[in-house]
Amino acid sequence: MHIAIIVAGVLFGTGAVAALYRVIRGPSLLDRVIASDVFVVTIMCVLAAEMAFNSHTETLPVLLVLGAFAFVGSVSFARFMAKQDQT
Amino acid sequence: MISDDIREIITVVLVLVSALMCFAAGVGLMRFPDVLSRLHAATKPQILGLMAIAAAVAVNNATIATFALLTAIIIFQALTAPITAHMVGRAAYRSDHLRRDLLIRDELSDSVDRAEQDGAPPAPHGTPPAPRDDRPSG
Repeated sequence: MHIAIIVAGVLFGTGAVAALYRVIRGPSLLDRVIASDVFVVTIMCVLAAEMAFNSHTETLPVLLVLGAFAFVGSVSFARFMAKQDQT
Repeated sequence: MISDDIREIITVVLVLVSALMCFAAGVGLMRFPDVLSRLHAATKPQILGLMAIAAAVAVNNATIATFALLTAIIIFQALTAPITAHMVGRAAYRSDHLRRDLLIRDELSDSVDRAEQDGAPPAPHGTPPAPRDDRPSG
């Protein structure tokens, strides 16, 4: 159990760090949008993993709100991205 | 009901599946070359990872309220993840944030060429496009 928690934490952390690297380095705005989406989903999965290991359900509404924010943010960025913005 | 050992094993396996999905998405974001292939990597944890981790929560806390909220989360994510991917992919195609030498077959370019031959001549690159229904305003 403890080994599984450590392995899952390392995998989650590596994914989150890779997503953050892409947010910082990303050559275009759309890369940053995708990477921030992955980062939010990783946070959702970490919160839910903590719930599963500790057998409580107190942060379930947080998951719903995080999902809603990720959706609204990504769609508005993609929709209103300036056409000449090359960064 | 299932015993505690079996429940623990199921939880560990499901959480590890979700962690592997998040890790794969991070590696894909690091190593894939352009926006469209990074989009392909990024949509893995949004559905499969979240479904696995929701199943893990539901196994550990089997009440009706938990099931209802988890179902709402999964349905919401399953409805919004394709919309996000579609909008980002469309913006990437329209703003040329893709590497055309990596595409095997670009079926959309045939439709774009046909539409430009039928309609008005396309605006030169860099000028604002003529108001058409199928083009984004931004």
